[in-house]
Amino acid sequence: MGQQQNIAEAGNAGPKVRSDCYVRLELTEKGGVLIDLDSKVKSLYGSSIEQLCSNIFEFFRIDNVKLTLKDSGALPFTISARLEAAVRQISDTGKEFIPDMTDENKYPSERDRFRFSRLYLPGNNPKMMLNAGVHNPDGIILDLEDSVAPAKKKEARLLVRNALRQVNFYGSERMVRINQLPDGLEDLKYIIPHNVHVVLIPKCENVSQIKQVETEISNLKKKHEIRQEVFLMPIIETALGVEKAFEIASASETIVALAIGLEDLTADLGVIRTNEATETLYARTRLVNACKAAGIQAIDSVFADVGDMEGLRQNVKISRSLGFEGMGCIHPRQISIIHDCFVPSKEEIKKAQEIMDAFYEAREKGLGVVAVGSKMIDLPVVKRAEKTVNLAIKLGMIPEKP
Amino acid sequence: MPETKLVKNAAGRSVPLKINGKPVIPYKGVGKHNVTGTKHGPKINTCKDFPSDGNKLVGTLKEALKKAGLKDGMTVSTHHHFRNGDLLANQLFDIAKEMGVKDLRWFPSASFPCHEHLIQYLEEGTIHHIEGSMNGALGRFASQGKMKGVGVLRSHGGRYQAVQDGEVKIDIAVIGAACADPFGNANGLYGDSATGLLGFALADSQYADKVIVVTDNMVPFPCVPWQIQGNYVDYAVEIDKLGDPDKIISGTTKITKSPDRVLLAEMTAQFCDETGIIRNGFSFQSGAGGTSLAVGEYFKKIMQEKGIKARFARGGSNKYLVSMLEEGLVDYILDGQTFDLEGVRSMAENQGHVWTSPFTSYNYHGKGNFAGLVDVAILGATEVDVNFNANVVTHSDGYLLHGIGGWQNCLFSKTVILPIPLFRDRIPVVVDEVTTLCGPGELIDVVVTERGIAVNPLRTDLLEKLKGSDLPITTIGELKDEAEKICGKPEKAHFDNQIIAVVKWVDGTVLDVVKKVR
Repeated sequence: MGQQQNIAEAGNAGPKVRSDCYVRLELTEKGGVLIDLDSKVKSLYGSSIEQLCSNIFEFFRIDNVKLTLKDSGALPFTISARLEAAVRQISDTGKEFIPDMTDENKYPSERDRFRFSRLYLPGNNPKMMLNAGVHNPDGIILDLEDSVAPAKKKEARLLVRNALRQVNFYGSERMVRINQLPDGLEDLKYIIPHNVHVVLIPKCENVSQIKQVETEISNLKKKHEIRQEVFLMPIIETALGVEKAFEIASASETIVALAIGLEDLTADLGVIRTNEATETLYARTRLVNACKAAGIQAIDSVFADVGDMEGLRQNVKISRSLGFEGMGCIHPRQISIIHDCFVPSKEEIKKAQEIMDAFYEAREKGLGVVAVGSKMIDLPVVKRAEKTVNLAIKLGMIPEKP
Repeated sequence: MPETKLVKNAAGRSVPLKINGKPVIPYKGVGKHNVTGTKHGPKINTCKDFPSDGNKLVGTLKEALKKAGLKDGMTVSTHHHFRNGDLLANQLFDIAKEMGVKDLRWFPSASFPCHEHLIQYLEEGTIHHIEGSMNGALGRFASQGKMKGVGVLRSHGGRYQAVQDGEVKIDIAVIGAACADPFGNANGLYGDSATGLLGFALADSQYADKVIVVTDNMVPFPCVPWQIQGNYVDYAVEIDKLGDPDKIISGTTKITKSPDRVLLAEMTAQFCDETGIIRNGFSFQSGAGGTSLAVGEYFKKIMQEKGIKARFARGGSNKYLVSMLEEGLVDYILDGQTFDLEGVRSMAENQGHVWTSPFTSYNYHGKGNFAGLVDVAILGATEVDVNFNANVVTHSDGYLLHGIGGWQNCLFSKTVILPIPLFRDRIPVVVDEVTTLCGPGELIDVVVTERGIAVNPLRTDLLEKLKGSDLPITTIGELKDEAEKICGKPEKAHFDNQIIAVVKWVDGTVLDVVKKVR
C-alpha cells in the first residue's frame, strides 16, 4: 500500500504519440530531485524542460523524487499538466500549478454569435489541440466526456485547463464538454476560472441538471470574481431529453443553444443511425422547434464519416433546411464544408438585399405594401431577409449599410 | 583528425578549403562563380576491344566488377531509381567485401533507409565515405562522426555538374535497369522492377571509366527506348531481382490526409491563384511529399474551374500528375523521377510524358536548364530562417537526415514557395538562423505556414498583387516570433568541431558544412 502511493504515472508515450509526454514519479526518502529526461527535443529544450519540472516540484514542496520523463515534443502546458497529474496521485495537495493565461486567450464571446461549426477535440490529446484554431472553426470543444478514457479523466481536466490558458484558438469560441453529472460538476472547477465561453452538458434530460450546473458555475464565478457570462449548451441525446427539449431550452438565461447527439439518441431509440438520418427526423424537428420557441440556436449532431465529404455536404444542406444553425465536426476538413452550407449563398444575399431595399423604400414613402418588381412581399419574408442580410454583414460578406 | 583551415564564404558560413584532401572553392554567391576549362574527358574506347556480336553479357556482378578492375580506393556509383526497394547497392558492397576491397568512395545519386545494411562496411573499411544524400540511419551514423571521410552533399544537378566537370571521377558505375539488352542499352520502363526513367545514371554512363548495366529483365537487342545507350556500356549482367516493387513506389507519393498539411496546400494554391501564377500556359514543379501532392490537387481544381491549361509540369510524376496529363490540364510532364506505376505506364504510353535527366533539368554548368523555366516550384524544408535561407539536410538537432535531391536546382524557378508547418512537434521550423544552409534566401520567395504567409521583401511584385487579399500575409520575422512563442526559444544544437559533411552549391562551390553532433 505504502509502496503504491509512492509511485505515480501519467501521460502517454509510444511510437505514435507526438507532442505529449509520459511521466513516472517515485517519491524517495533522500537524494533530492532526480530527473531522467528522454526527449526528442532534448538538444533544443532539455534544460528548460528540467527547469520547468524542478519548478513544479518546488511548488508542490516535493523535495525527494525520481522523475522519468519520456517526451515526444510536448509543449510546456502539456508537460506541466502531466506532471501535476502524477503529483496529485502521490500527494493530497489542494494546490494547482496553473500556467500563465496568454493575452490572446482573454477574448470574450457573445450570446448570439454564430456557431456554424464546432470542432470536437479529445480532451486528453494535446497534439490535436495545437493547430485546431488555424482551421477556423466557430467553436472549439475540448471534450472531457466520451473521448476520454475513464482512467484518464483526471489527467484530462488538467490538460484542458492548461490548454484553455496557453493554446491559442485564434478567436474560436472556447467550449468544454463536461462529463455527465455529478462528475461534470467537478470538471467545472478546472474550467470556469479559465475563460471558458460555453459549457456543453451531455445527456441532458431535465431542468434540474441545468440548475445544478448553473449553481456551480455561479459559485465558481463568485469565488474567482469572474464577471463574464458563461453560456450553456445542453446536448439532447435521449428520447426523454427530446420530449423535454423546450423545458430545457428555456431553463436558463445562459443557454445559447441546444445540440442534438444522434449516436446516443439512436441507441436509446433502438434504431440504426443512417447518413440520411430519417430515423431521427422527429427528434431533430422537435428540437429545432423547441429552440426557436425559446429563442436560442439549434445545433445538429456530428457527421461521423470523415472520409465522405459529399455525404457531409448533403447532410448539412438537409440540416440547414430543417432549421439548424450549426453542426458539430470531428475533423478539421469538415469545417469549410459546414461553413459553405450554412453561410448564405451570394444569390440568397442578393435577393435578401433587394427585399430589404424595397422595404426601406416603402417605409420612407409611407407605403403600407412592400413590393419587389411586381411581387408583393409579406412581412415575415422581410424579417427573414433581414436575418440573412444581418448574417451576411456579420460574416463580412457585404458591407454594413450606413 | 588534423585541424582544417576554414574561411568565411559569401554566405558567411565557415567552410574548409580542402575536403578529403582535395582543394575546393568556397561559395561566392548566386551566379558569381565563373568557370573556365573543359569538361572531364573519359578515355577513348574502340570497338575492337568489345565483342563484335555486341554481346557484353558476363555471368555475375562479381565477375563484371572484377573485369572492371574494382580495387582499393575506387569511386563506385549507384542510383536511386529503385528508391527504398533497391537491392543492388547492398549486393555490390557485399561483393566488394568478399573481394577484400577497401576504402571505396560510394557515389550514389541518393541513399535510402534500405542502405542501413552498408553501415557495417563503413565501419570496417570497405567503404571509406559517401558522397551523396545520407538519410535515416546513414545520416545518424555520419552525424556521430563515425564515417572515415567527409560526406559531400550535392543536388541532383550538382551531381551531374561534378561528374561533368571532373570533380568526381567515377571509376565504376553500376546502373540498375528494369530492362536491358546484352549490348547495354537500357531503360526503366518494362519489367518487374520498372522505375520509369534512368536519368540519374546518365552522367555516370557518359563519364565513368567503366559502366556495368545490371537488369532482371534481359531482352534481345534492341532494348528500346535506350534511355542508357549501350555504346557507353562495358558489361551487362543479368540477376534475379533488382528491386522490391512495393518499396520502389515511394512512400512519399500519397496525398496527405493530415488536415494541417491539407490546409498548407490549400493556402499555397490560393496564393498562386491570387498572384496570377496559375494562368494559361503556366508551368509548375511538383515534388514528392504529401503536401506538394495536395497542392497539385488544388491546382487541378482551380484549373478545372477556370478552364486553365498548364504547358508543362516538371518533377516527379505520379498518378495525380498523370491524371492531369490525361485530362488535358497539362500538355507535358517533364519527368525527372517516376514515383509510381501509373507514372511508369504513362511514360511508356504517352508522348506527352517525357523522361528527363539532371542534365536537361538541373545542371548549372550547361547552356541553361529546365528548372529555371518553371513558373512556380513548391518545395519543402526542415528549417527556414528570417533571411529566407533554408535547410533541407539537417534537423534543428543537427542530425543529417535528408538529401538535397533536386531542391537546390528548383530554387531557380521563377517563384519558389515553401509550404511548411511553423513547428513540428516542439521543433520550430521558422528560426533565427538555419542550422545548415542549403538554399540562399534570395532565391526563396514565399513561406506558407498554417499561421501565416511570409513573402520575401525582394518580391515587391507579389506583395503588390496581394493587396486586399484574405490570405494571412505576415512577415518572416513575425512567423519566427510566433514559433518561439509557442515552442519556446530553442537552445542551439551542440556541435563538435569535426566536419562530417559539406553542402555543395549547384556550381560546385562549398555552401556550408555539417558538423558532428555532440
